[in-house]
Amino acid sequence: MSTREEILNIIEKNSRIDVHELSVLLGADEVLVANELKALEEEGIICGYHTMIDWSKTSKEKVNALIEVKVTPQRGLGFDSIAERIYKYPEVTSVYLMSGGFDLMVILEGKTLQEVASFVSNKLSTLDTVLSTATHFILKKYKDHGTILAKKNEDTREIVSP
Amino acid sequence: MRDPVGKKVIDIKPSGIRKFFDIVLETEGAISLGVGEPDFDTPWHIRDEGIYSLEKGKTFYTSNSGLKELRTEISRYLKRTQGVTYDPLKEVFITVGGSEAIDLALRAMIDPGDEVLIPQPSYVSYEPCAILADARPVIIELKEKNQFRLTAQEVLDKVTERTKILVLPFPNNPTGAIMEKEDLEEIARVVREKDLYVISDEIYGELTYSGKHFSIIALPGMKERTILINGFSKAYAMTGWRLGYACGPEVIINQMVKIHQFAIMCAPTTSQYAAVEALKNGDEDVRIMKEQYNHRRRYLLSEFERIGLPCFEPFGAFYVFPCIKKFGMSSEDFCTKLLKEEKLAVVPGTAFGDCGEGYIRVSYAYSLDNLKAAMERLERFISRL
Repeated sequence: MSTREEILNIIEKNSRIDVHELSVLLGADEVLVANELKALEEEGIICGYHTMIDWSKTSKEKVNALIEVKVTPQRGLGFDSIAERIYKYPEVTSVYLMSGGFDLMVILEGKTLQEVASFVSNKLSTLDTVLSTATHFILKKYKDHGTILAKKNEDTREIVSP
Repeated sequence: MRDPVGKKVIDIKPSGIRKFFDIVLETEGAISLGVGEPDFDTPWHIRDEGIYSLEKGKTFYTSNSGLKELRTEISRYLKRTQGVTYDPLKEVFITVGGSEAIDLALRAMIDPGDEVLIPQPSYVSYEPCAILADARPVIIELKEKNQFRLTAQEVLDKVTERTKILVLPFPNNPTGAIMEKEDLEEIARVVREKDLYVISDEIYGELTYSGKHFSIIALPGMKERTILINGFSKAYAMTGWRLGYACGPEVIINQMVKIHQFAIMCAPTTSQYAAVEALKNGDEDVRIMKEQYNHRRRYLLSEFERIGLPCFEPFGAFYVFPCIKKFGMSSEDFCTKLLKEEKLAVVPGTAFGDCGEGYIRVSYAYSLDNLKAAMERLERFISRL
Protein backbone atom coordinates (compact mmCIF):
# COMPACT_ATOMS: atom_id res chain seq x y z
CA MET A 1 0.00 0.00 0.00
CA SER A 2 1.29 3.48 -0.81
CA THR A 3 2.06 6.00 1.94
CA ARG A 4 -0.66 8.16 0.45
CA GLU A 5 -3.28 5.47 0.86
CA GLU A 6 -2.08 4.69 4.38
CA ILE A 7 -2.30 8.36 5.37
CA LEU A 8 -5.86 8.48 4.08
CA ASN A 9 -6.80 5.30 5.94
CA ILE A 10 -5.59 6.76 9.22
CA ILE A 11 -6.95 10.30 8.96
CA GLU A 12 -10.29 9.12 7.66
CA LYS A 13 -10.78 7.66 11.14
CA ASN A 14 -8.84 10.26 13.12
CA SER A 15 -8.46 13.66 11.52
CA ARG A 16 -7.00 15.17 14.69
CA ILE A 17 -3.78 13.18 14.51
CA ASP A 18 -0.74 15.43 14.15
CA VAL A 19 1.95 15.08 11.52
CA HIS A 20 4.55 13.80 13.95
CA GLU A 21 2.39 10.98 15.23
CA LEU A 22 1.27 10.14 11.72
CA SER A 23 4.89 9.78 10.65
CA VAL A 24 5.62 7.53 13.65
CA LEU A 25 2.70 5.22 12.92
CA LEU A 26 3.68 4.94 9.27
CA GLY A 27 7.40 4.66 9.92
CA ALA A 28 7.83 7.46 7.38
CA ASP A 29 9.73 10.73 7.32
CA GLU A 30 7.86 13.63 8.93
CA VAL A 31 8.56 16.10 6.13
CA LEU A 32 7.42 13.60 3.55
CA VAL A 33 4.16 13.02 5.41
CA ALA A 34 3.56 16.77 5.79
CA ASN A 35 4.11 17.32 2.07
CA GLU A 36 1.87 14.43 1.15
CA LEU A 37 -0.90 15.80 3.37
CA LYS A 38 -0.60 19.21 1.77
CA ALA A 39 -0.74 17.69 -1.69
CA LEU A 40 -3.80 15.65 -0.78
CA GLU A 41 -5.55 18.81 0.38
CA GLU A 42 -4.56 20.77 -2.70
CA GLU A 43 -5.73 18.04 -5.03
CA GLY A 44 -9.09 18.04 -3.30
CA ILE A 45 -8.69 14.42 -2.21
CA ILE A 46 -8.94 15.53 1.38
CA CYS A 47 -12.02 17.75 1.22
CA GLY A 48 -12.40 18.73 4.84
CA TYR A 49 -11.99 17.72 8.46
CA HIS A 50 -15.25 17.16 10.28
CA THR A 51 -16.28 16.11 13.73
CA MET A 52 -18.80 13.34 14.28
CA ILE A 53 -21.34 14.46 16.85
CA ASP A 54 -24.17 12.45 18.27
CA TRP A 55 -26.60 15.37 18.61
CA SER A 56 -29.25 13.13 20.11
CA LYS A 57 -27.21 13.09 23.32
CA THR A 58 -27.41 16.90 23.59
CA SER A 59 -30.38 19.09 24.37
CA LYS A 60 -30.33 20.56 20.89
CA GLU A 61 -33.22 19.40 18.69
CA LYS A 62 -32.30 18.22 15.22
CA VAL A 63 -34.35 16.47 12.60
CA ASN A 64 -32.79 14.56 9.73
CA ALA A 65 -34.63 13.43 6.65
CA LEU A 66 -33.85 11.52 3.47
CA ILE A 67 -35.79 12.74 0.47
CA GLU A 68 -36.12 10.73 -2.70
CA VAL A 69 -36.52 13.17 -5.56
CA LYS A 70 -37.61 12.41 -9.12
CA VAL A 71 -36.66 15.07 -11.63
CA THR A 72 -36.73 15.76 -15.35
CA PRO A 73 -33.15 16.00 -16.57
CA GLN A 74 -32.48 19.12 -18.62
CA ARG A 75 -31.13 19.06 -22.13
CA GLY A 76 -27.40 19.63 -22.20
CA LEU A 77 -27.16 19.86 -18.45
CA GLY A 78 -28.41 16.45 -17.29
CA PHE A 79 -28.90 16.32 -13.56
CA ASP A 80 -26.05 18.63 -12.59
CA SER A 81 -27.85 21.95 -12.68
CA ILE A 82 -30.87 20.74 -10.76
CA ALA A 83 -28.59 19.11 -8.21
CA GLU A 84 -26.76 22.40 -7.84
CA ARG A 85 -29.99 24.29 -7.23
CA ILE A 86 -30.78 21.87 -4.45
CA TYR A 87 -27.38 21.55 -2.79
CA LYS A 88 -26.99 25.32 -2.47
CA TYR A 89 -29.53 25.34 0.34
CA PRO A 90 -27.53 25.28 3.57
CA GLU A 91 -30.02 22.93 5.26
CA VAL A 92 -29.20 20.29 2.65
CA THR A 93 -26.27 18.22 3.97
CA SER A 94 -25.86 15.75 1.09
CA VAL A 95 -27.07 15.26 -2.45
CA TYR A 96 -26.42 12.06 -4.41
CA LEU A 97 -27.41 11.06 -7.95
CA MET A 98 -28.89 7.57 -7.69
CA SER A 99 -29.57 4.59 -9.88
CA GLY A 100 -32.95 2.89 -9.50
CA GLY A 101 -36.42 4.17 -8.76
CA PHE A 102 -35.61 7.84 -8.25
CA ASP A 103 -32.93 10.31 -9.29
CA LEU A 104 -31.61 12.37 -6.42
CA MET A 105 -31.18 11.47 -2.79
CA VAL A 106 -31.30 14.64 -0.72
CA ILE A 107 -30.32 14.53 2.93
CA LEU A 108 -31.63 17.34 5.00
CA GLU A 109 -31.08 18.65 8.45
CA GLY A 110 -33.61 20.89 10.14
CA LYS A 111 -34.47 22.08 13.61
CA THR A 112 -38.01 20.76 13.57
CA LEU A 113 -40.32 18.53 11.58
CA GLN A 114 -42.19 21.61 10.39
CA GLU A 115 -39.03 23.18 9.12
CA VAL A 116 -38.19 20.11 7.04
CA ALA A 117 -41.78 19.81 5.82
CA SER A 118 -41.87 23.40 4.78
CA PHE A 119 -38.58 23.09 2.93
CA VAL A 120 -39.91 20.16 0.95
CA SER A 121 -43.29 21.70 0.13
CA ASN A 122 -42.18 25.28 -0.43
CA LYS A 123 -38.73 25.00 -1.91
CA LEU A 124 -38.05 21.52 -3.24
CA SER A 125 -41.39 20.49 -4.74
CA THR A 126 -41.89 23.85 -6.39
CA LEU A 127 -38.76 23.56 -8.54
CA ASP A 128 -39.82 23.23 -12.19
CA THR A 129 -37.86 20.08 -12.88
CA VAL A 130 -38.93 18.21 -9.74
CA LEU A 131 -41.63 15.66 -10.56
CA SER A 132 -42.15 14.15 -7.13
CA THR A 133 -40.64 13.75 -3.68
CA ALA A 134 -40.87 11.14 -0.92
CA THR A 135 -39.67 12.21 2.47
CA HIS A 136 -38.34 9.77 5.10
CA PHE A 137 -37.53 11.01 8.59
CA ILE A 138 -34.66 9.41 10.45
CA LEU A 139 -35.90 8.09 13.80
CA LYS A 140 -32.65 6.85 15.29
CA LYS A 141 -29.05 6.57 14.16
CA TYR A 142 -27.34 3.32 15.08
CA LYS A 143 -24.20 3.64 13.05
CA ASP A 144 -22.89 6.60 11.08
CA HIS A 145 -19.70 6.98 9.03
CA GLY A 146 -18.55 3.54 10.17
CA THR A 147 -18.93 4.44 13.83
CA ILE A 148 -21.37 2.62 16.08
CA LEU A 149 -23.20 5.22 18.15
CA ALA A 150 -24.29 2.90 20.96
CA LYS A 151 -22.31 2.55 24.17
CA LYS A 152 -18.68 1.68 23.67
CA ASN A 153 -17.53 -1.88 24.28
CA GLU A 154 -15.58 -2.44 27.43
CA ASP A 155 -12.40 -4.49 27.44
CA THR A 156 -13.55 -7.75 28.97
CA ARG A 157 -10.33 -9.67 28.45
CA GLU A 158 -8.48 -11.21 31.36
CA ILE A 159 -6.11 -8.54 32.58
CA VAL A 160 -2.96 -10.64 32.16
CA SER A 161 -2.64 -13.75 29.98
CA PRO A 162 0.22 -15.72 28.45
CA MET B 1 -4.62 -40.61 53.81
CA ARG B 2 -2.65 -41.11 50.63
CA ASP B 3 -1.20 -38.16 48.72
CA PRO B 4 -4.11 -37.16 46.47
CA VAL B 5 -2.02 -35.86 43.56
CA GLY B 6 0.80 -37.26 41.51
CA LYS B 7 4.40 -36.26 41.95
CA LYS B 8 5.02 -35.45 38.29
CA VAL B 9 2.36 -32.73 38.30
CA ILE B 10 3.32 -31.38 41.72
CA ASP B 11 6.88 -30.85 40.54
CA ILE B 12 5.84 -28.64 37.64
CA LYS B 13 6.31 -24.98 38.46
CA PRO B 14 3.09 -22.95 38.32
CA SER B 15 3.02 -20.41 35.49
CA GLY B 16 4.77 -17.15 36.37
CA ILE B 17 1.97 -15.36 34.58
CA ARG B 18 -0.56 -16.76 37.00
CA LYS B 19 1.28 -15.38 40.00
CA PHE B 20 1.53 -11.94 38.48
CA PHE B 21 -2.10 -12.05 37.41
CA ASP B 22 -3.17 -12.39 41.04
CA ILE B 23 -1.18 -9.31 42.04
CA VAL B 24 -2.69 -7.29 39.20
CA LEU B 25 -6.20 -8.32 40.17
CA GLU B 26 -5.68 -6.81 43.63
CA THR B 27 -4.65 -3.46 42.15
CA GLU B 28 -7.59 -1.19 41.55
CA GLY B 29 -7.66 1.07 38.52
CA ALA B 30 -4.70 -0.65 36.89
CA ILE B 31 -4.26 -0.40 33.18
CA SER B 32 -2.75 -3.44 31.61
CA LEU B 33 -0.45 -4.11 28.69
CA GLY B 34 -0.34 -7.69 29.83
CA VAL B 35 -2.62 -9.68 27.59
CA GLY B 36 -1.63 -12.24 25.00
CA GLU B 37 -4.71 -11.96 22.83
CA PRO B 38 -6.02 -9.52 20.20
CA ASP B 39 -8.16 -6.57 21.29
CA PHE B 40 -10.29 -6.84 18.14
CA ASP B 41 -13.58 -8.67 18.13
CA THR B 42 -13.77 -11.62 15.79
CA PRO B 43 -14.80 -10.12 12.40
CA TRP B 44 -18.57 -10.10 12.14
CA HIS B 45 -18.88 -12.29 9.03
CA ILE B 46 -16.98 -15.03 10.87
CA ARG B 47 -19.13 -14.74 13.99
CA ASP B 48 -22.20 -14.66 11.78
CA GLU B 49 -21.18 -17.94 10.15
CA GLY B 50 -20.84 -19.53 13.62
CA ILE B 51 -24.29 -18.27 14.59
CA TYR B 52 -25.74 -19.46 11.28
CA SER B 53 -24.36 -22.95 11.84
CA LEU B 54 -26.10 -23.03 15.23
CA GLU B 55 -29.36 -21.90 13.66
CA LYS B 56 -29.13 -24.70 11.14
CA GLY B 57 -28.73 -27.15 13.99
CA LYS B 58 -25.12 -28.08 13.30
CA THR B 59 -24.62 -28.96 16.91
CA PHE B 60 -23.14 -32.46 16.67
CA TYR B 61 -19.64 -33.86 16.96
CA THR B 62 -17.54 -33.60 13.85
CA SER B 63 -15.18 -36.42 12.91
CA ASN B 64 -12.23 -36.73 15.30
CA SER B 65 -9.94 -34.99 12.85
CA GLY B 66 -12.38 -32.17 12.22
CA LEU B 67 -14.58 -30.99 9.34
CA LYS B 68 -13.29 -32.10 5.99
CA GLU B 69 -14.19 -28.72 4.56
CA LEU B 70 -12.04 -26.95 7.15
CA ARG B 71 -9.08 -29.29 6.66
CA THR B 72 -9.34 -28.69 2.91
CA GLU B 73 -9.28 -24.92 3.46
CA ILE B 74 -6.22 -25.26 5.70
CA SER B 75 -4.48 -27.33 3.06
CA ARG B 76 -5.29 -24.66 0.46
CA TYR B 77 -4.05 -21.94 2.80
CA LEU B 78 -0.68 -23.66 3.25
CA LYS B 79 -0.42 -24.21 -0.48
CA ARG B 80 -1.03 -20.55 -1.26
CA THR B 81 1.12 -19.11 1.56
CA GLN B 82 4.02 -21.57 1.77
CA GLY B 83 3.71 -23.51 -1.48
CA VAL B 84 3.57 -26.80 0.43
CA THR B 85 0.94 -29.46 -0.21
CA TYR B 86 -0.71 -31.32 2.66
CA ASP B 87 -3.27 -34.07 2.16
CA PRO B 88 -6.32 -32.64 3.96
CA LEU B 89 -7.54 -36.10 4.98
CA LYS B 90 -4.30 -37.58 6.23
CA GLU B 91 -1.91 -34.81 7.12
CA VAL B 92 -4.13 -32.13 8.67
CA PHE B 93 -6.26 -32.24 11.80
CA ILE B 94 -8.16 -29.80 13.96
CA THR B 95 -7.36 -29.22 17.63
CA VAL B 96 -8.69 -27.23 20.56
CA GLY B 97 -6.38 -24.28 20.08
CA GLY B 98 -2.74 -24.45 19.14
CA SER B 99 -1.98 -25.40 22.72
CA GLU B 100 -3.66 -28.79 22.43
CA ALA B 101 -1.58 -29.45 19.35
CA ILE B 102 1.63 -28.68 21.27
CA ASP B 103 0.67 -31.17 23.97
CA LEU B 104 -0.35 -33.86 21.49
CA ALA B 105 2.68 -33.50 19.27
CA LEU B 106 4.99 -34.00 22.25
CA ARG B 107 3.01 -36.92 23.65
CA ALA B 108 2.78 -38.62 20.27
CA MET B 109 6.50 -38.41 19.52
CA ILE B 110 8.22 -38.85 22.87
CA ASP B 111 9.61 -41.96 24.55
CA PRO B 112 10.51 -41.48 28.21
CA GLY B 113 13.86 -39.74 28.55
CA ASP B 114 13.94 -38.28 25.04
CA GLU B 115 15.22 -34.75 25.01
CA VAL B 116 13.28 -31.79 23.66
CA LEU B 117 15.10 -28.58 22.78
CA ILE B 118 13.10 -25.56 23.86
CA PRO B 119 14.33 -22.08 22.97
CA GLN B 120 13.40 -19.51 25.62
CA PRO B 121 12.07 -16.91 26.27
CA SER B 122 8.99 -18.50 24.79
CA TYR B 123 5.38 -19.40 25.41
CA VAL B 124 4.80 -20.95 28.80
CA SER B 125 3.53 -24.39 27.87
CA TYR B 126 6.34 -26.16 25.99
CA GLU B 127 8.36 -27.08 29.06
CA PRO B 128 5.50 -28.39 31.25
CA CYS B 129 3.98 -30.29 28.31
CA ALA B 130 7.36 -31.90 27.61
CA ILE B 131 7.66 -32.95 31.26
CA LEU B 132 4.13 -34.35 31.27
CA ALA B 133 5.08 -36.35 28.18
CA ASP B 134 8.05 -37.79 30.13
CA ALA B 135 10.57 -35.97 28.01
CA ARG B 136 13.58 -34.13 29.34
CA PRO B 137 13.28 -30.46 28.39
CA VAL B 138 16.58 -28.86 27.41
CA ILE B 139 16.47 -25.07 27.34
CA ILE B 140 18.25 -22.99 24.70
CA GLU B 141 18.68 -19.40 25.83
CA LEU B 142 17.95 -16.99 23.00
CA LYS B 143 20.12 -13.88 22.91
CA GLU B 144 19.19 -10.28 22.28
CA LYS B 145 22.42 -9.83 20.30
CA ASN B 146 20.91 -12.30 17.78
CA GLN B 147 17.61 -10.40 17.90
CA PHE B 148 16.33 -13.40 19.87
CA ARG B 149 16.62 -15.59 16.78
CA LEU B 150 17.74 -19.19 17.14
CA THR B 151 21.13 -20.02 15.63
CA ALA B 152 22.39 -23.36 14.35
CA GLN B 153 25.30 -23.22 16.79
CA GLU B 154 22.96 -22.84 19.75
CA VAL B 155 21.15 -26.00 18.64
CA LEU B 156 24.42 -27.91 18.09
CA ASP B 157 25.62 -26.92 21.56
CA LYS B 158 22.67 -28.68 23.16
CA VAL B 159 22.12 -31.69 20.89
CA THR B 160 22.87 -35.10 22.40
CA GLU B 161 22.20 -38.71 21.40
CA ARG B 162 18.85 -38.46 23.13
CA THR B 163 17.66 -35.27 21.43
CA LYS B 164 14.57 -35.96 19.37
CA ILE B 165 12.60 -32.75 19.01
CA LEU B 166 13.36 -29.09 18.44
CA VAL B 167 10.57 -26.66 19.28
CA LEU B 168 10.54 -23.63 16.97
CA PRO B 169 8.44 -20.87 18.57
CA PHE B 170 8.51 -18.17 15.88
CA PRO B 171 7.17 -15.50 15.42
CA ASN B 172 7.87 -15.45 19.13
CA ASN B 173 5.81 -14.68 22.18
CA PRO B 174 7.16 -12.80 24.23
CA THR B 175 10.04 -11.28 22.23
CA GLY B 176 8.33 -10.62 18.90
CA ALA B 177 11.35 -12.16 17.16
CA ILE B 178 10.98 -13.79 13.77
CA MET B 179 13.07 -16.29 11.82
CA GLU B 180 13.70 -15.53 8.17
CA LYS B 181 14.38 -18.00 5.41
CA GLU B 182 18.17 -17.78 5.78
CA ASP B 183 17.95 -18.35 9.54
CA LEU B 184 15.75 -21.38 9.04
CA GLU B 185 18.02 -22.88 6.37
CA GLU B 186 20.80 -23.07 8.95
CA ILE B 187 18.51 -24.71 11.47
CA ALA B 188 17.10 -27.16 8.91
CA ARG B 189 20.62 -28.27 8.03
CA VAL B 190 21.29 -29.23 11.67
CA VAL B 191 17.88 -30.87 12.01
CA ARG B 192 18.53 -33.12 9.01
CA GLU B 193 22.10 -33.83 10.05
CA LYS B 194 21.18 -34.80 13.61
CA ASP B 195 17.99 -36.58 12.58
CA LEU B 196 15.67 -34.41 14.68
CA TYR B 197 11.99 -33.57 14.40
CA VAL B 198 10.60 -30.06 14.62
CA ILE B 199 7.48 -28.75 16.32
CA SER B 200 7.00 -25.40 14.66
CA ASP B 201 4.51 -23.24 16.53
CA GLU B 202 3.47 -20.63 13.98
CA ILE B 203 0.39 -19.29 15.74
CA TYR B 204 1.64 -15.72 15.07
CA GLY B 205 2.58 -16.53 11.48
CA GLU B 206 0.14 -14.04 9.97
CA LEU B 207 1.47 -11.24 12.15
CA THR B 208 4.83 -10.25 10.70
CA TYR B 209 5.81 -6.72 9.75
CA SER B 210 8.85 -7.04 7.53
CA GLY B 211 7.53 -9.22 4.76
CA LYS B 212 5.63 -12.48 4.62
CA HIS B 213 6.18 -15.22 7.17
CA PHE B 214 8.32 -18.07 5.91
CA SER B 215 7.75 -21.54 7.39
CA ILE B 216 10.41 -24.21 7.83
CA ILE B 217 8.05 -26.68 6.12
CA ALA B 218 8.92 -25.03 2.82
CA LEU B 219 12.58 -26.08 3.04
CA PRO B 220 13.77 -29.33 1.39
CA GLY B 221 13.12 -32.43 3.46
CA MET B 222 11.51 -30.49 6.29
CA LYS B 223 7.83 -31.24 5.71
CA GLU B 224 8.69 -34.85 6.54
CA ARG B 225 10.25 -33.83 9.85
CA THR B 226 7.91 -31.12 11.04
CA ILE B 227 4.68 -30.85 12.94
CA LEU B 228 3.36 -27.45 11.95
CA ILE B 229 1.07 -25.87 14.53
CA ASN B 230 -1.19 -22.94 13.82
CA GLY B 231 -4.66 -21.75 14.70
CA PHE B 232 -7.24 -19.04 14.46
CA SER B 233 -6.77 -17.22 17.77
CA LYS B 234 -4.24 -14.57 16.86
CA ALA B 235 -4.70 -13.94 13.14
CA TYR B 236 -8.51 -13.79 13.19
CA ALA B 237 -8.96 -12.62 16.79
CA MET B 238 -10.69 -15.88 17.73
CA THR B 239 -9.07 -16.80 21.05
CA GLY B 240 -12.32 -17.75 22.78
CA TRP B 241 -13.33 -20.09 19.97
CA ARG B 242 -10.49 -22.43 20.94
CA LEU B 243 -9.47 -23.64 17.53
CA GLY B 244 -6.12 -24.66 16.17
CA TYR B 245 -4.61 -27.28 13.90
CA ALA B 246 -1.62 -29.47 13.32
CA CYS B 247 -0.15 -30.58 10.01
CA GLY B 248 2.57 -33.12 9.49
CA PRO B 249 3.57 -36.62 8.40
CA GLU B 250 0.67 -39.08 8.45
CA VAL B 251 2.45 -41.44 10.88
CA ILE B 252 2.67 -38.74 13.54
CA ILE B 253 -0.73 -37.19 12.86
CA ASN B 254 -2.36 -40.63 13.22
CA GLN B 255 -0.97 -41.00 16.73
CA MET B 256 -1.89 -37.43 17.67
CA VAL B 257 -5.46 -38.04 16.50
CA LYS B 258 -5.51 -41.22 18.56
CA ILE B 259 -4.83 -39.30 21.79
CA HIS B 260 -7.15 -36.51 20.68
CA GLN B 261 -10.06 -38.91 20.10
CA PHE B 262 -9.77 -40.33 23.60
CA ALA B 263 -9.12 -37.05 25.41
CA ILE B 264 -11.14 -34.51 23.40
CA MET B 265 -13.34 -36.28 20.79
CA CYS B 266 -13.32 -33.31 18.45
CA ALA B 267 -12.80 -29.56 18.42
CA PRO B 268 -15.91 -27.38 18.89
CA THR B 269 -18.21 -27.75 15.89
CA THR B 270 -19.46 -24.13 15.87
CA SER B 271 -15.90 -22.86 15.87
CA GLN B 272 -15.01 -25.11 12.96
CA TYR B 273 -17.79 -23.70 10.79
CA ALA B 274 -16.75 -20.17 11.68
CA ALA B 275 -13.13 -21.02 10.86
CA VAL B 276 -14.06 -22.16 7.34
CA GLU B 277 -15.42 -18.67 6.74
CA ALA B 278 -12.27 -17.13 8.26
CA LEU B 279 -10.00 -18.97 5.83
CA LYS B 280 -12.27 -18.41 2.84
CA ASN B 281 -13.00 -14.71 3.30
CA GLY B 282 -10.83 -13.40 6.11
CA ASP B 283 -7.67 -12.19 4.36
CA GLU B 284 -8.78 -8.56 4.32
CA ASP B 285 -9.64 -8.63 8.04
CA VAL B 286 -6.17 -9.93 8.82
CA ARG B 287 -4.63 -7.22 6.67
CA ILE B 288 -6.54 -4.47 8.44
CA MET B 289 -5.74 -5.76 11.94
CA LYS B 290 -2.11 -6.25 11.02
CA GLU B 291 -1.88 -2.67 9.79
CA GLN B 292 -3.19 -1.48 13.16
CA TYR B 293 -0.73 -3.67 15.07
CA ASN B 294 2.11 -2.33 12.97
CA HIS B 295 1.16 1.28 13.75
CA ARG B 296 1.12 0.48 17.44
CA ARG B 297 4.41 -1.40 17.22
CA ARG B 298 6.08 1.61 15.65
CA TYR B 299 4.49 3.91 18.20
CA LEU B 300 5.76 1.90 21.18
CA LEU B 301 9.28 1.61 19.77
CA SER B 302 9.40 5.35 19.16
CA GLU B 303 8.12 6.03 22.68
CA PHE B 304 10.67 3.67 24.22
CA GLU B 305 13.41 5.49 22.38
CA ARG B 306 12.10 8.84 23.58
CA ILE B 307 11.89 7.84 27.23
CA GLY B 308 15.16 5.91 27.21
CA LEU B 309 14.08 2.29 27.35
CA PRO B 310 16.32 0.14 25.15
CA CYS B 311 14.49 -2.32 22.91
CA PHE B 312 15.47 -4.34 19.85
CA GLU B 313 13.07 -3.98 16.94
CA PRO B 314 10.77 -7.00 16.78
CA PHE B 315 9.02 -7.85 13.53
CA GLY B 316 6.40 -10.33 14.65
CA ALA B 317 3.46 -11.15 16.94
CA PHE B 318 2.12 -8.22 19.02
CA TYR B 319 4.77 -7.87 21.68
CA VAL B 320 7.81 -5.77 22.32
CA PHE B 321 10.44 -6.95 24.77
CA PRO B 322 12.42 -3.99 26.13
CA CYS B 323 15.51 -4.46 28.27
CA ILE B 324 15.37 -3.07 31.80
CA LYS B 325 18.82 -4.18 32.94
CA LYS B 326 20.13 -0.63 33.23
CA PHE B 327 17.74 0.09 36.09
CA GLY B 328 19.47 -2.52 38.23
CA MET B 329 16.46 -4.49 39.38
CA SER B 330 14.95 -7.83 38.53
CA SER B 331 12.11 -8.08 36.01
CA GLU B 332 9.73 -9.09 38.74
CA ASP B 333 10.71 -6.18 41.00
CA PHE B 334 10.44 -3.77 38.08
CA CYS B 335 6.95 -5.01 37.17
CA THR B 336 5.72 -5.10 40.75
CA LYS B 337 7.00 -1.59 41.44
CA LEU B 338 5.54 -0.28 38.16
CA LEU B 339 2.21 -1.79 39.10
CA LYS B 340 2.25 -0.41 42.65
CA GLU B 341 3.44 3.07 41.78
CA GLU B 342 1.85 3.73 38.42
CA LYS B 343 -0.81 1.04 38.21
CA LEU B 344 0.50 -0.22 34.93
CA ALA B 345 0.72 -3.97 34.36
CA VAL B 346 3.31 -5.53 32.06
CA VAL B 347 4.63 -9.07 32.32
CA PRO B 348 8.09 -9.90 33.71
CA GLY B 349 10.31 -11.58 31.12
CA THR B 350 11.00 -14.38 33.58
CA ALA B 351 7.44 -15.65 33.10
CA PHE B 352 8.73 -17.00 29.78
CA GLY B 353 11.88 -18.66 31.08
CA ASP B 354 14.74 -17.76 33.41
CA CYS B 355 16.64 -16.14 30.55
CA GLY B 356 13.85 -13.56 30.27
CA GLU B 357 15.44 -11.92 33.31
CA GLY B 358 16.21 -8.28 32.61
CA TYR B 359 13.31 -7.87 30.17
CA ILE B 360 9.61 -7.10 30.28
CA ARG B 361 6.91 -8.09 27.82
CA VAL B 362 4.72 -5.26 26.63
CA SER B 363 1.71 -6.24 24.55
CA TYR B 364 0.35 -3.89 21.90
CA ALA B 365 -2.97 -5.65 21.51
CA TYR B 366 -4.51 -2.42 22.78
CA SER B 367 -5.92 0.72 21.20
CA LEU B 368 -3.52 3.59 20.58
CA ASP B 369 -5.34 5.68 23.19
CA ASN B 370 -4.74 2.95 25.73
CA LEU B 371 -1.08 2.70 24.76
CA LYS B 372 -0.66 6.46 25.07
CA ALA B 373 -2.07 6.48 28.59
CA ALA B 374 0.24 3.58 29.47
CA MET B 375 3.32 5.31 28.05
CA GLU B 376 2.63 8.38 30.18
CA ARG B 377 2.74 6.17 33.25
CA LEU B 378 5.82 4.31 32.10
CA GLU B 379 7.65 7.55 31.39
CA ARG B 380 6.83 8.94 34.83
CA PHE B 381 8.00 5.70 36.43
CA ILE B 382 11.28 5.52 34.53
CA SER B 383 12.10 9.17 35.20
CA ARG B 384 12.11 8.39 38.91
CA LEU B 385 14.44 5.40 38.68
